[in-house]
Amino acid sequence: MKIDRKEVLHIAELSRLTFTEEELDAMGEQMGSVLEKFRRLDEVDVSDVPPTAHILPFVNVLREDKAAEPMPREELLKNAPESDGSAYIVPKVLE
Amino acid sequence: MTADYEITIGLEIHCELKTKSKIFCSCPNTFGGEPNTHCCPVCSGFPGVLPVLNKTAVEYTVKAGLALGCDISRYSKWDRKNYFYPDLPKAWQTSQYDLPLCRGGGVAFKGADGEDKFVRLNRIHLEEDAGKLIHEGGVTRVDYNRCGVPLMEIVTEPDLHSPEDAVAFLTELKNILKYTGVSDVKMQEGSLRCDVNLSVARKGGPLGTRTETKNLNSFRSVLRSCKYEAERQIELLESGGEVVQETRRWDDAAGEGSGMRGKENAHDYRYFPEPDLMPVVMSDEDIERIRATIPALKQQRIDKYTAEYNLSDYDAALITADVAIADLFDGTVAEGANPKKAANFIMGDVMRLAKEPGSEDVNIKITPAQLSAMLSLVEQGVVSLVAVQKEIFPKVWGTDADPAAVVDKLGLRQSNDTAEIEAAVKEIMAANEKVVNDYRSGNTKVVSFFVGQVMKATKGKANPKVVNEVLSRLLKG
Amino acid sequence: MDIVKLSLTDVRDKIAAKKLSSVEVTKAIFDRIKETADLNTLITVTEQSALEKAAEVDGKIARGEKIGALAGVPIIVKDNISTSGIRTTCASRFLSNYVPPFDATVIKKLKAADAVIVGKANMDEFAMGSSNENSAFGPVRNAVDPTRVPGGSSGGSASSVAAFQAFGALGSDTGGSIRQPASFCGVVGLKPTYSAVSRFGLVAFASSLDQIGPITRCVRDNAELLNVIAGHDEMDSTSAFVKEDYTDYKTGVKGKTIGIAKEFFDREFSAEVKNAVLAAAKLYEKAGAVLKEISISSFDAALATYYIIACAEASSNLARFDGVKYGLRADADDYIDIYYKSRTAYFGAEVKRRIMIGNYVLSSGYYDAYYLKASKVRTKIKAEFDAALKECDFILGPTSPTTAFKLGGDFTDPSEAYTADIFTVPVNIAGNPAISIPCGADKSGLPIGLQLIGRSFGERELFGAAETLEKELG
Repeated sequence: MKIDRKEVLHIAELSRLTFTEEELDAMGEQMGSVLEKFRRLDEVDVSDVPPTAHILPFVNVLREDKAAEPMPREELLKNAPESDGSAYIVPKVLE
Repeated sequence: MTADYEITIGLEIHCELKTKSKIFCSCPNTFGGEPNTHCCPVCSGFPGVLPVLNKTAVEYTVKAGLALGCDISRYSKWDRKNYFYPDLPKAWQTSQYDLPLCRGGGVAFKGADGEDKFVRLNRIHLEEDAGKLIHEGGVTRVDYNRCGVPLMEIVTEPDLHSPEDAVAFLTELKNILKYTGVSDVKMQEGSLRCDVNLSVARKGGPLGTRTETKNLNSFRSVLRSCKYEAERQIELLESGGEVVQETRRWDDAAGEGSGMRGKENAHDYRYFPEPDLMPVVMSDEDIERIRATIPALKQQRIDKYTAEYNLSDYDAALITADVAIADLFDGTVAEGANPKKAANFIMGDVMRLAKEPGSEDVNIKITPAQLSAMLSLVEQGVVSLVAVQKEIFPKVWGTDADPAAVVDKLGLRQSNDTAEIEAAVKEIMAANEKVVNDYRSGNTKVVSFFVGQVMKATKGKANPKVVNEVLSRLLKG
Repeated sequence: MDIVKLSLTDVRDKIAAKKLSSVEVTKAIFDRIKETADLNTLITVTEQSALEKAAEVDGKIARGEKIGALAGVPIIVKDNISTSGIRTTCASRFLSNYVPPFDATVIKKLKAADAVIVGKANMDEFAMGSSNENSAFGPVRNAVDPTRVPGGSSGGSASSVAAFQAFGALGSDTGGSIRQPASFCGVVGLKPTYSAVSRFGLVAFASSLDQIGPITRCVRDNAELLNVIAGHDEMDSTSAFVKEDYTDYKTGVKGKTIGIAKEFFDREFSAEVKNAVLAAAKLYEKAGAVLKEISISSFDAALATYYIIACAEASSNLARFDGVKYGLRADADDYIDIYYKSRTAYFGAEVKRRIMIGNYVLSSGYYDAYYLKASKVRTKIKAEFDAALKECDFILGPTSPTTAFKLGGDFTDPSEAYTADIFTVPVNIAGNPAISIPCGADKSGLPIGLQLIGRSFGERELFGAAETLEKELG
């Protein structure tokens, strides 16, 4: 099973990744082979089995509504590829 | 030709909750501020951070749901809505997909045509707000201050059929939300925003294809964009075209809408359960505890004001038009003020300062204690109502000043000293014999001349009641 | 006395008793790190801050002040655990310049225990891999045989402990990433119960499966290290309100029932591994345990379930790497192109593959067949583990189907490479704790690991049983 190119391109767009022509081929091939193994699940009967939303039994893990000091802005922006000292900068986003 | 079509509108209303801290971290939830100064690694989407849910955000959503007649879910959970955009630092919005906190409910309101109408709600869920993009100087600056502000999304059924009704509904919804106290619902600050789903169809025909216009932030733009979009769709159909299902934006300055670029239009959000958050379970006790925190809503207060305080229907409606006004009124009465006098003062003097021209928002800058103290000073004859209106109230507004102290500071305390006033009256009568004779020959109107003179002589401090009493006694001779 | 070969517990006690200074120990460790630098176990070496911390601890001891449970002990931390002011790369080019402005909770706990952090361990990029060859900083070599892989993804952590570069290391385990490298390098690796150790500050791969855990040279050391890092954390909503004294365990298996799952053994895999593991089972029997054959009937579906859930969560967790806030950014004129170009240039091939698979199984039209189905099978697998662990105290099996393989092995088909995790992933799906301990060697002298799976929060019982084997094997 190979995933067709159109599908690979669609998933690449959702992933924000680009691939060369050869990479697209290989990716379709590899994804196909992995997805085929996933079909193993078809053999398991899960009728009446609920999906696991969470493996832990906890509920209502909540914090009290108390405000605390935010982190100094220079600490946050220190790692930014581009900033003006007050905001992160990206090329103009067209609305 | 518009008359041949029926418009169908459904709304998605986003309302920021007035919590002290953000939904998943303890950064302050305050409006404005320098970019990225209300942020931490959690709300800025750093690698390795985890969310912890704000209890009050959940309770506020439930409170709003109860006020809007919703069913509260006994079990609800969190999901990730995945998409890339620079205002969303984690590249997913934590939201609720299939198990929201509230379902159903609805809002009764008076339609633009005067008819009683009802819009059903589909659901209310809780999610996080995104950041802000500032486009300037050829670049986009990214500010995450609003990232992680708790955001309640209210989704209606497509029960609206005119742009005017959409606004009438929103007005009532905004009012109810404001009454519950869970949000400031300030459209100018973006704490209330709205997406409009609209379609048109020939009367009696099947529903048309709908478009979604995003992010409308005033009632005016809701009204105008709805009219614009309905006309656009009708024209398209009339000219043999087809409406395309799409996401659109509204340019309020230009007064026109446009479709978004295809790339951003094609969304596949890949929702899945958020593994970093635990479900919320509500017991009957939890729900009743939250219900008990809902203040009296509009109609309950109107009933009370007319029945207990004998206010007219008109006055009761004015005072309850905004919860901040109604709260001020209730507070002032609770402090011991006469309801009618309090109502008159609020409707006249307070409203004038509280409502800036052109604004939909009301800003009350006086406490019930201050207002009650002012009215009580008048009642006790310490100061005249006019002096309160002209001198004292404007000085108390926006401060924490004690009205009595302001009276003293300005030297406005009324004189009730009959002897002092008599002396002044006698002096004035002696100097104006002609006018005294006019009065005595039947021209009683001239009394106002004497009142004015006495006030002038006493620098406005004489109690008008005492002045009138002294004048009528002495003028009669 | 070769200082670096002491156990964590010994060196800790000797430092506290002033028989060794932390500075002396830390210097010996850095000498060792330099001697064995060819192993490429560390991405960042923090010599200066480590020596400062060591001197600080020595000062505290000299003044008779209160000291923490790991005072002065050099520890290595996997490079996907955030360290304030110390580069945290996840072995990705994307984060090659990223310096977190905060500490992970486990780092706060290590610091509070006065541990000395000597370096950040190499790993498979974003913890995706079983050989440690998917690192932007080059592959790690196995300390036992440098021509072989150390396993992954915590390969740097495991190999560094085997090479005596530290007295213990932290790894993370999403589908076997602590246990499999521990098995390949002949050391002890524990994946704690999901929720026992805070994940705050661990750069997420698959949030519902990830767990930080200790890698050490003996069981006792493992318990000491776990005891420092475990416990409730209010910054992690999935953190359990459990705090045990993990060092308080009893060696021995008398009267314990050990489950031998037939699904683990009725399959093709290295006969040497199979035999060594079954021989260890016999030793347990000799030591007083009862062996019982059990069945985990959904075992064969675990691998697919694991990869669907892990890739789905990873595709979302790794979406935040976009070139806007931190890490590298590729040049582009449009913000959308920044996303495409940065992610394409700075993610490695395996990471891209898993993001693609994850987005596929979550995308409209495939969600029900893959993600939803896997979530249901997960429920079933967890229920089967719970049922099995009612019948027995532990489940015993191999950690990995093979011993360490040669570096540069070519897996053109990733689905083949994924089968290396077959024995470890079911445990992450169920959330239980599991420990890998050495149980012999193959004919080339490569270590073989045995895996013991316990009940949720049964770490102390696991330590007791693991130490029994350690003693039996001498």
